[in-house]
Amino acid sequence: MLITRKAEFSASHVCSDPNLSPEENERLYGKESRPHGHGHNYVLEVTLRGEVDPVHGMVLDLKALKEIIRDQVLDVYDHRFLNIEVPPFDHIVPTAENIARDIWERLHGPLAAMGSTLHSVRLHESDELYVDYSEREAR
Amino acid sequence: MTTLTRRYAFSASHRLFAKALSEERNRKIFGKCANSFGHGHNYFLEVSVSGEPDPSSGLTMPRASLDRWVGDSVLGRIDHTHLNSDLAEFRDLVPTSENVLVVIEAWLREGWRKHFPGQGLRLCGLRLEETPRNSFRVQAGRVQ
Repeated sequence: MLITRKAEFSASHVCSDPNLSPEENERLYGKESRPHGHGHNYVLEVTLRGEVDPVHGMVLDLKALKEIIRDQVLDVYDHRFLNIEVPPFDHIVPTAENIARDIWERLHGPLAAMGSTLHSVRLHESDELYVDYSEREAR
Repeated sequence: MTTLTRRYAFSASHRLFAKALSEERNRKIFGKCANSFGHGHNYFLEVSVSGEPDPSSGLTMPRASLDRWVGDSVLGRIDHTHLNSDLAEFRDLVPTSENVLVVIEAWLREGWRKHFPGQGLRLCGLRLEETPRNSFRVQAGRVQ
């Protein structure tokens, strides 16, 4: 069974590669490359895969999942300028793809330590764009 | 695996009526959707592309290329049209959302070859919302 928990955080970022010209950055990232950054209300969906425990009837206590998401992601990301305040985005461009992968990496270990399997991370940057990250093989 | 999904809006009208069937049979199958002059929807189309993000840009693909591809292949052709009257694809095909999705998939595949020759990207899923209550999906695996 898959269970999903949703969380929100607000953060600002700028997507540009310092090795490229402003024109090249504009071509790659569009308005996301404007130098002083801009913000999003990100919506995160964290999905776990597991069997339903025959005694307590749950895949994982959702309260435990909520706390892991709070400690590992929200406390780090919420109300921050990602490029300046949240490594690895001091040297990696904080695209939705890279943020989703970073969140996966932050959650994977603590969840595994609790015996839970992270299935996927979905990150909505806006109503028009979201990214899914998982370690499944592309079919 | 990283999948990028972008959501687009378009508006179109249609009439659900199968020419091969009687008026009465059409009424029974399609109900109000068979009314003679058609009716419209604000559709939403979600296009999913999978591929390893480029290590230096961090992008599965630049948003502008994705928008151009979907704009040229789909939105420019379908937005603000009457599907039955304006698009040859629906001359003999009932423009149910299922069929609209099949046609959109074919258009995107065609446009893919023009826009992205030889890149390691894959069109891996499509979802069409006809209304907030009805949505249709082509699962990953079917779309190449």
